[in-house]
Amino acid sequence: MADVAVARAGEHPETTTGLPHTKLAMWLFLASECLLFGALISTYVLYRGRSVEGPFPHDVFDIPYTSVSAFVLLASSLTMVLALSSAQQGDKGRTRLWLLATALLGMVFVGGQVYEFTVFYNEGLKLSGNLFGTTFYVLTGFHGVHVTVGILMLLSLAGLSYAERLPADPSFPIEMVGLYWHFVDIVWIVIFTVVYLVPTPNPGPPGA
Amino acid sequence: VLEERKDAAETEHASGGGHATGHPSPKEYVRIGLILGVLTAIEVAVAYTDIPHAILIPTLFLLAIVKFALVVLWFMHLKFDDRRYGRFFVIGLSGAAILYLVVLISLRTFG
Repeated sequence: MADVAVARAGEHPETTTGLPHTKLAMWLFLASECLLFGALISTYVLYRGRSVEGPFPHDVFDIPYTSVSAFVLLASSLTMVLALSSAQQGDKGRTRLWLLATALLGMVFVGGQVYEFTVFYNEGLKLSGNLFGTTFYVLTGFHGVHVTVGILMLLSLAGLSYAERLPADPSFPIEMVGLYWHFVDIVWIVIFTVVYLVPTPNPGPPGA
Repeated sequence: VLEERKDAAETEHASGGGHATGHPSPKEYVRIGLILGVLTAIEVAVAYTDIPHAILIPTLFLLAIVKFALVVLWFMHLKFDDRRYGRFFVIGLSGAAILYLVVLISLRTFG
C-alpha cells in the first residue's frame, strides 16, 4: 500500500542517498557508456588518415545527407523532452504523441544510417577493407544499435501507456528513457563533428 | 555524522529527492531545440568554408561542445537536478578522456 501511495505521489521510496536509485543507476550506466564510446571514438581518431588504400572519407561521405540525419536526431531529443513535459502535466494524449514522434524520428535516423552503410558498401568501403572502414563501421554501427534499443524502449513506453500499465505519474520512467535517448543524441553530436565535419588529413598511399 | 546524513537525506527526499523540480517549460525546450538546429547549420556551413584548419577545427569543436552542453544541461536536466548526478557523468567523461590519452600514448610508444 505504501509503495502505491509513493508511486501515486510521483515520488520514490526512501533511499540512503535521498536520491532515487533507479536514476542514480541510469547516470552510472551513462557514465560507463561514456567509456564505451570514448574507446570507439578514440580508436577512430587515432587511426584517422592511416589507411593506405581507399576508399577514404572524402570519397564516400555525403555531408548534406548526414547533416539531415543530425537534424533529425536533434529534433527527436526535442520531442523526447516534450513527451516528458506532457507527462509531468498529466497530458496522456500528448505524452503518447511525442513518444511516438520520437520513435519515428529515431527510425528515420536508423533508416538513413542503413541506407548510408549500403551506399558506402557499394562504393567499396568494407568492414575489413581498411582502417577507415573498420573504425567507421564499428563506431557508427554501435551508435546505430544504441538508437535502435532506444526506439524499442520508446515503443514499449508508448505501448504500456496505451495499455494503461504505466504508473499514475509516468514521468519517472519517461525521464529515465529520455536520459538514455539524450545520451545517444550527444554521442552523435561528437561523432558528427569528429567523423564527418573535421577534415581528414588523408594523403592516401605514400607518393600518391 | 550519520544523523546529519539521515537528516539531509530526509530533507532531500521530502523536496523530491533530487528528482527534477522546476524543469523548463515546453517553450524553453523549443527555444533550446531551435538554438541546437541553428548551431548545427553553422557547423555544416563552417565545414564548407576554406578557412585554415588551425581555425576550422577548434571552431567545430567549440560548436560541438556548446551543443553537447545545451543537451546535457537542459534536456537531461543536469542544470536543475541534484549535483551528484552530474558528478557521475563527469567521472564517465573524465574516464573517456583518460582512455583516449592512454591509447594515444600506447600508439605513439608501440606502434
